[in-house]
Amino acid sequence: MKLIAAMSGGVDSAVAAARAVEAGHEVIGVHLALSANPQKYRSGARGCCTVEDSHDARRAADVIGIPFYIWDMAEEFHDGVVEDFLAEYAAGRTPNPCLRCNEKIKFAAVLDRARAMGFDGVVTGHYARTEIGENGKTLHRAVDHSKDQSYVLSVLTIEQISGAIFPLGDTTKVDIRREAEARGLAVAQKPDSHDICFVPSGDNAGWLRDRLGSEVGPIVDQSGTKIGEHKGAYTYTIGQRKGLGLTIPTPDGSPRFVLKIEPVTNTVVVGAREELAITTMRGERAVWCGPSVDERHQSGFVQIRAHGAALPCTYFMDNGLLVAVLEAPLLGLATGQAMVIYDGDRVVGSATICETE
Amino acid sequence: MPSIYLDHAATTPMVESALIAMTHQAQVLGNPSSLHTHGRATRKTLEDAREALAKEAGCLPSEVIFTASGTEANNIALKGLYWAGQNSGKNIIVISSIEHHAILDPAHWLKTHEQAEVIQLPVSDAGVIDLDFLDNLVKTRGDEIAVISVMHANNETGVIQPIGEVVRIAGQIPVHTDAVQSFKKVSLSFSSLGVTAMSLSAHKIGGPLGIGALILKRTVEIPSLLHGGGQEREIRSGTLNAPGIIGFTAAATSSYYNADAVAALRDRFISSLQALIPEAIINGLSSERLPGIVNVTFPGTQSDTLLLLMDGEHISCSTGSACSAGVHEASHVLLAMGHSEITAQSSLRFSFGAASTPSECDFVVSVLPDVITRGRAANLT
Repeated sequence: MKLIAAMSGGVDSAVAAARAVEAGHEVIGVHLALSANPQKYRSGARGCCTVEDSHDARRAADVIGIPFYIWDMAEEFHDGVVEDFLAEYAAGRTPNPCLRCNEKIKFAAVLDRARAMGFDGVVTGHYARTEIGENGKTLHRAVDHSKDQSYVLSVLTIEQISGAIFPLGDTTKVDIRREAEARGLAVAQKPDSHDICFVPSGDNAGWLRDRLGSEVGPIVDQSGTKIGEHKGAYTYTIGQRKGLGLTIPTPDGSPRFVLKIEPVTNTVVVGAREELAITTMRGERAVWCGPSVDERHQSGFVQIRAHGAALPCTYFMDNGLLVAVLEAPLLGLATGQAMVIYDGDRVVGSATICETE
Repeated sequence: MPSIYLDHAATTPMVESALIAMTHQAQVLGNPSSLHTHGRATRKTLEDAREALAKEAGCLPSEVIFTASGTEANNIALKGLYWAGQNSGKNIIVISSIEHHAILDPAHWLKTHEQAEVIQLPVSDAGVIDLDFLDNLVKTRGDEIAVISVMHANNETGVIQPIGEVVRIAGQIPVHTDAVQSFKKVSLSFSSLGVTAMSLSAHKIGGPLGIGALILKRTVEIPSLLHGGGQEREIRSGTLNAPGIIGFTAAATSSYYNADAVAALRDRFISSLQALIPEAIINGLSSERLPGIVNVTFPGTQSDTLLLLMDGEHISCSTGSACSAGVHEASHVLLAMGHSEITAQSSLRFSFGAASTPSECDFVVSVLPDVITRGRAANLT
């Protein structure tokens, strides 16, 4: 096949490209320039989107022996990922930008462009597997569960997955670094990227404050009594306990947790730990990585964070929303996150959480 | 699969005589600044080369200042002439809006760090500088202008600029010209042009990388950028790169480049391209141009996509400009010629060399329609 390898400048995508070449594919390396004003050097734990990273990617491509180009996707990234991230926070939800990037950039803008240019698919260094089943390709967890990235890929449609190649799904991260070393790739020991790539300092709250302002609003208890003030509701997360700055204690001295963020009134609602407990979540904009889910109740697992646990549940569709009813209650669940349904290791599909109870 | 190189304006293969002369000189011991026999021998060879190069450039041997690159020559000239003018109260730098980054960036640096006022000359849609604009500028603010720098021919479009007219309008104001693309491609004489300074580079004419020259009028004194041993008129210190200089001169004195043949190839390319892709726009077509450069806009495409697809066909050509991160940006040259951001990013530069052949030219034209089709499809996604 003729493939585009998306190369971030990190170790995973470099090895993925090398493996694709070895598998006999005709591969071209592409580094996505996602920032209109890239930083020159990496700082902190971040591992992509600097000029230095594009040089690392180029060097890896040269060592592997494949052509290399840089694609400017800054505009698409800004519109599809950064703006969405801001809008979601402004609406009181907690978005996952990596997921959005896979959905709108890597397996949309890049894949579409690749296909139009005569390529068959896109290779990435994601830790996930695909299998060919009766009804086409299906998406599965990586062998290395601690690195598994199927969660952030769950937004891909069957059509997108059909054009996705994940050569690393069968290997552990430790072995990938070892393999990179053996292949003479200088990025073998490059630190993993963490945090959100477009928040250079890693200071998410500060970055949001600069863009969304820091309008003071009330912190109230469940009866609506004001017990404190905050500087921007979006800097809080459901289930958050620390950093509330409350001086009025609860009658029994028990700690308070963020229960709800109400963007319209700019209010943060706090309450007791038990109040965080939810058993049912509903998600909108469901996407299926295989056969669609219908009204029939099925048992499986739901995952609500990138590296969170798979929680046993019953799932079904109800009035256009994907519903998951948990076997055991869960404490603290923010809307805006993805709920991803698994059937064993297979990704069934995902939706964006809009209601919990 | 044949591999075709149509990026000779970026760099071009070394001429055999230059390669031989250079590798020979690399084995000769002696620093030309040394006073002993070895040093004198190298000095003799170097001064022979300087005289030969001066003859080719139409200047005096003492006007040749060897540098490490065309970029360095541009920097010495622009900064030096600006500082010399600044000493007598002049702070305006006039450049064309289509200069190479090796002029644009030092001009911008002087603006940021040395209080320069930078005025850019507009160009016509055909890519030629606006002489009336310059004339008015000189008439109104001539006594404030420290230096005028206009390239001899543009590196992206190949359009030749009216340097003689610039010099006439400038009067007493020093004029520098970046002649890196023109040298040995078209007739070029420092003394006939009447400019104060002119930049040259070896690797664009079949000489080695890492060697260039600034031609600077004898009577002009400018501050230096590199201080040290005082080689090259106290303007450019550093041990002279004897092998590089010998290679440069060997290339400059060889007759490998047949301008008429290259121009014929260029015209063959243009006419077959126009027949196959009628909507293609040849930038600067109505202007006098260098023999080897063709700049084409393919509406509805993106240059970086086209380059990738051409590369996939084993054809090397260029998008014209790139920033340090490698992200393609709209060409400032095409923007200055009236292109929109979109059409300026839909262009490719093909540059022919002495050894380019008609069959290479025909093959490139034959793959273009399919590349353009795929490029358009990718642009619509």
